[in-house]
Amino acid sequence: MSGIAPSTLAPSLRRLRALARAELALLGRNRGVVFTALAVPLALPFSVRPALDQLDLQKHGIGIGAAMLTAAIGFSFLFAVYTSLVNTYVARREELVLKRLRTGELTDTEILAGTALPAVTLGLAQALVLSAGCAVLLDAGAPRAPYLTLLGLVAGLVLSAALAALTASVTRTVESGQVTALPLVFVSMTGSGITIPTEVMPKRLASVCELLPLSPAIRLVRAGWTGGASAYEVLGALATALAWIVVAVFAVRRWFRWEPRR
Amino acid sequence: MDIDGHEHVIEVTDLRRVYGGGFEAVRGISFSVARGEIFALLGTNGAGKTSTVELLEGLAAPAGGRVRVLGHDPYRERAAVRPRTGVMLQEGGFPAELTVAETARMWAGCTTGARPEAEVLEPVGLAGKRDVRVKQLSGGERRRLDLALALLGGPEVLFLDEPTTGLDAEGRRDTWELVRRLRDADTTVLLTTHYLEEAEGLADRLAILHEGRIAASGTPAEVTAGRPSRISFELPEGYFPGDLPPLAELGVCGHESDGRVVRLRTRELQRTATAVLVWAERAGVELRGLDVRSASLEEAFLGIARDEEAAV
Repeated sequence: MSGIAPSTLAPSLRRLRALARAELALLGRNRGVVFTALAVPLALPFSVRPALDQLDLQKHGIGIGAAMLTAAIGFSFLFAVYTSLVNTYVARREELVLKRLRTGELTDTEILAGTALPAVTLGLAQALVLSAGCAVLLDAGAPRAPYLTLLGLVAGLVLSAALAALTASVTRTVESGQVTALPLVFVSMTGSGITIPTEVMPKRLASVCELLPLSPAIRLVRAGWTGGASAYEVLGALATALAWIVVAVFAVRRWFRWEPRR
Repeated sequence: MDIDGHEHVIEVTDLRRVYGGGFEAVRGISFSVARGEIFALLGTNGAGKTSTVELLEGLAAPAGGRVRVLGHDPYRERAAVRPRTGVMLQEGGFPAELTVAETARMWAGCTTGARPEAEVLEPVGLAGKRDVRVKQLSGGERRRLDLALALLGGPEVLFLDEPTTGLDAEGRRDTWELVRRLRDADTTVLLTTHYLEEAEGLADRLAILHEGRIAASGTPAEVTAGRPSRISFELPEGYFPGDLPPLAELGVCGHESDGRVVRLRTRELQRTATAVLVWAERAGVELRGLDVRSASLEEAFLGIARDEEAAV
């Protein structure tokens, strides 16, 4: 868990690649997880479309295309990365894979990162494909500030993975993961601007909702698309995202469980 | 280095381990293992074998005392120790859905100086199972895969937690042979086992753990030396244990009888055996099921449990 010096970087990357490659093979063999990860972010945005149509999004400078895209990317954080990684971390712990890996040369950080890499990469690829698809099919146009979308994607993916590790710490079995992962999924869907953009919420409610873990990431993704965010809002979102990442990483290092409870 | 010039690869001093609930699994044990030595931790289930080995492997920090492996703290100085050690846990640790070859490749990518996968799968007889998923392997095959991967980086120190549990007789002999070959190549091996014959036949030195403490340690000969030998037989009908000559005259230091079946413990096996046989000869008695055996690790092992009970 020490700092990374150049002499330790190459072996570290080699170990990460070896672990990620094995995890990718395992991901490919878990049909249920792959289906959820791929289908939900595509299908769910259409189910929220009627609700979006009710809202006066134009007044806030949000096109229906941008609204549906952020919904899709938000669902991708939640289902391609977060819930799928809760499942993976718990399964690897219960199979004693994490314990076995810790007997080797991998650091704890490498074990968690290498295990997460395929799901995070899948989430990123999905977001990029969805963005391209949206731009073309839904006439959403090109993002006005792509770097904000990119920052939002990075923050959302890192946080989804870290929160998955944290959720896995309090989850005993793969089955109970379907319950322990629900709170964040619900809170994020309703409060983080995935289904209802925070911009259209009453001010006081919105200012609370903006503090939820995935809110800044969603906000940045959407702001990149619409260009409708002041420097002050962007900095606020970045600070909130960073604070959540620091807290999540600290909590994982402190409380992550490497072995099943006996 | 100690006074004889042996390099101590593993040094354990007053080691303690306490679990979350307050259970003290390891209660102050000390031992050292020299380079190229096979050291066995022997004990019943729950004696503290695995709890001890996990501290040596650096998986947890001790509650007290000190561990040094190759001169380093295996928990705090993980990066210095791990490239030089190989570990086989008591069970599992491989994703069920990966094939043998994929598992080996993954582990090789995480190991400094890993040998080619074929070179490690061959000696454990898994070369033909490359494309089989781990979940389809038998229990014994999984143990052998585990052993192969522990050897992947050519470790100087090998920790084997119950390496032969679940293996058939042949697999067990093969594993013993492999461990001896490693020792001959100067690998230091620390293994746990609850098979007495494994410790007796394989270990250069051993420690018997009982309730978190070392009850006896040394070479197998040293550990058994202080233990009594045993004689048992069945008296014919009409004879009772009281018909035997006074036991003190026979050099007997302990005895049990169950009806006509008599079990004697002695530190002077020849004297006691002779006296019993002379008595039988003179009385014209046939001792059925006569069994005379010198002190074994089994006697030492059972004796420790018995002493412990007697002390309570």
